[in-house]
Amino acid sequence: MNKRLFALLSVLVLASMVLVACGGAAAPAATQAPAASGATEAPAAATEAPAAEAITLKIVSSLPMTGSSLTQTQTIVNAMQLRLEQANYSACGGAYTLEYEAWDDASAALGKWDPAVETENANKAAADTAIIAYLGTFNSGAAMLSIPILNAAGPLTMISPANTNPGLTKADKDLPGVTDSRYPTGVRNYSRVVAADDIQGKVAANFVKSLGATSVYILDDQELYGKGVADVFDATAQEIGLTVVGHEGIDPKAADYKALMTKISTSNAGGPPDAIYVGMVVDNNASQLLKDKFAIMGDNEKVKYVGPDGIQTQAFIDGAGADTAEGAYASVAGVALDKLPPAGLQFVKDYTAKFGNLTEPYAVYGYETMNVAIKAIEDVCAAGGDPTDRAAVNSAVFAIKDFDGALGNWSFDANGDASLTDMTFYQVQKGAYVPVGTFK
Amino acid sequence: METTRKKFNWRRFAIASLVLYIVFLIGPVVGLDIPVVYAAIKANPLQLVQFLIIGISNGAIIAIIALGYTMVYGIIELINFAHGDVYMIGVFTSLTVLSLTGTLESKDPVKIVFGLILALIVSVVFCAVLNATIERLAYRRLRNAPRLAPLISAIGMSFIIENIGLMWAAQAWLVPSFGTTGGASQKVFPDMLGILFTSLGWDVNLLASSGIALRLTIKDVIVIVLAVALMTGLYLFVQRTRLGKAMRATAQNRDAAKMLGIDIDWVITATFLIGGGLAGAAGLMAGLYNNTAWWFMGFRAGLQSFTAAVLGGIGNITGGMLGGFLIGLLASFSDGYLNARWTNALVFATLVLILLFRPTGLLGEQTGQKA
Repeated sequence: MNKRLFALLSVLVLASMVLVACGGAAAPAATQAPAASGATEAPAAATEAPAAEAITLKIVSSLPMTGSSLTQTQTIVNAMQLRLEQANYSACGGAYTLEYEAWDDASAALGKWDPAVETENANKAAADTAIIAYLGTFNSGAAMLSIPILNAAGPLTMISPANTNPGLTKADKDLPGVTDSRYPTGVRNYSRVVAADDIQGKVAANFVKSLGATSVYILDDQELYGKGVADVFDATAQEIGLTVVGHEGIDPKAADYKALMTKISTSNAGGPPDAIYVGMVVDNNASQLLKDKFAIMGDNEKVKYVGPDGIQTQAFIDGAGADTAEGAYASVAGVALDKLPPAGLQFVKDYTAKFGNLTEPYAVYGYETMNVAIKAIEDVCAAGGDPTDRAAVNSAVFAIKDFDGALGNWSFDANGDASLTDMTFYQVQKGAYVPVGTFK
Repeated sequence: METTRKKFNWRRFAIASLVLYIVFLIGPVVGLDIPVVYAAIKANPLQLVQFLIIGISNGAIIAIIALGYTMVYGIIELINFAHGDVYMIGVFTSLTVLSLTGTLESKDPVKIVFGLILALIVSVVFCAVLNATIERLAYRRLRNAPRLAPLISAIGMSFIIENIGLMWAAQAWLVPSFGTTGGASQKVFPDMLGILFTSLGWDVNLLASSGIALRLTIKDVIVIVLAVALMTGLYLFVQRTRLGKAMRATAQNRDAAKMLGIDIDWVITATFLIGGGLAGAAGLMAGLYNNTAWWFMGFRAGLQSFTAAVLGGIGNITGGMLGGFLIGLLASFSDGYLNARWTNALVFATLVLILLFRPTGLLGEQTGQKA
């Protein structure tokens, strides 16, 4: 926020300076203006184009940047910019200039990702022929909206750093024809570098059992992502013999959940369940839910509180308070930051040097999506193709095999899923998430 | 003139049958399975009382915010959409006062009580002035414009205030616990009443020693007592004082009131001051009760309070209070006995039902006479 406020203020100050200058002498104002506007813009490529004849390729990201998720998405955007800076904003030996814009798919009216804004973003990207890669989205529900739009536009390739809903890529046996409505042209254009929830939900259920719990109450935020991971958890829990006491969706904007927690506190044969699993993102009141659970059922040692990657962010701990959040668990695809392969460790080092301390887990995924986009462009050039051709870039993304990225050595399968299946659990200890174990 | 005997209203009967049919058809899907709910109540009757306590406490906060909506609507027939956000500013104001006076770190009961009273006063005054300022800036000049114009400017003010809240929540130098994650995330409003009670050596749960398996916390008691005191005060003010009378006169007929020498501008400003002050008080209460400060909390609170105001009969102060408590109770029982997924649907379905049969709300509208 501070950065935005500062940008706004500086624009206002510069605008007033230009106005004053115009009122006095016109000539100096004209020379000042270009430099001034360059300073206020985001670090886009426009100011540092290496050669006049270079063709501009645009890469955009669409992530929720109004709402609690900003804590995570800001680090993703930073990481993408870092990767571009390392590439010096150019590709194919300077023949192409790379330009990056971070779009916001959230609205102040909702305080989280907004279907209307995401659809608008996708349509905007489809219409701008300079755009050759769409990095996003953060929320699975948002991806479901933009995939078909971008699929019909080229197809424009879409690489997500964070969507985990399985239905985005996998064929759904129960819903014939779903695949077709997602990908109307029949060509796949959506890929992701993060493991999907059919893995996350399954591993989480096994993890809860390994904590010694025998009964669990499941809550979700009624979104594609939250309900999706909670449903997988639910099914797996019943398979492995955990008692699912109840599974409910919550109102993600309610002022409190005391009544709900009171009900849960006697739901397991008169007592509380051993664990509560929450399938939700932090924007959907995850902190308030934990606070009311704490007030009624006590700390997270007595009744375990476990969630997916949507609550693995410092914003969740800040919102609930360090004492209340102590002992809560969250899973994130991939390994802990200090267990990354050398390229990943180098990224963490570079990121820390430029933007300060990094604790959010998704930054490295943001870095990897930009990595993939640049690699695809370079591959198209190397094969003698034209990287302004969206279809060529898209095929190059899907052709990536044995890629040595910041996440390790991995390949995309035909569905666009990366061959990464590690899942790491974090626990809140003294006000911060600490990795406690990696599972497959 | 003698009217003929009222004819049986077949249309209303048909609607009622349809509603009952839908309730019984869809009810079990939603969890409104009467035998199941009855069995749950029978198995644990004390829990019903528990849901009652939670519902009344939540309803009290909604009711106080609803008063601000209903008063403003009663007097200038404007839905002040920014009102819920004024309440949100109240939460942040009281949290900031508690932080700046060092109350948050304190364990000294005297200091905590003093800090809370100061927070209440500052929050009430600040929100009152803020609300009156909004009226002066965004509504006054549009008072005689088409009805949609002030409505749109109210929505605009709501967004502006939400963004102020967003920036406020990023100012960790004001409240260190805001942390470094920016203004967008939810912030902790420390449980000052719990800390106060623990420091005095008492249990937060007033019924802990009685052996009854109920939680009646000091938070519930203070929220309910404060809410009832504010509502009674407001009721007496509007019914008994000169300014209250002037307000009622302005609400009935603005032009006639003007002719009688009532300073309309001042009366409207006073209405906004009182409404804002109530929102400020509700802000502190909600902060202490739910322990959350969030830039977005005003939106939902505003929606629920506006619903409460309509439910009770907009413009009607007693109706606003009734509507607030009703919504609090409905939400609490729905969370408790039905599936939480349907709570909002249930609250708004009730609103629709009541408006179908009593279009002016439970206690009737009290707005200006239409010419």
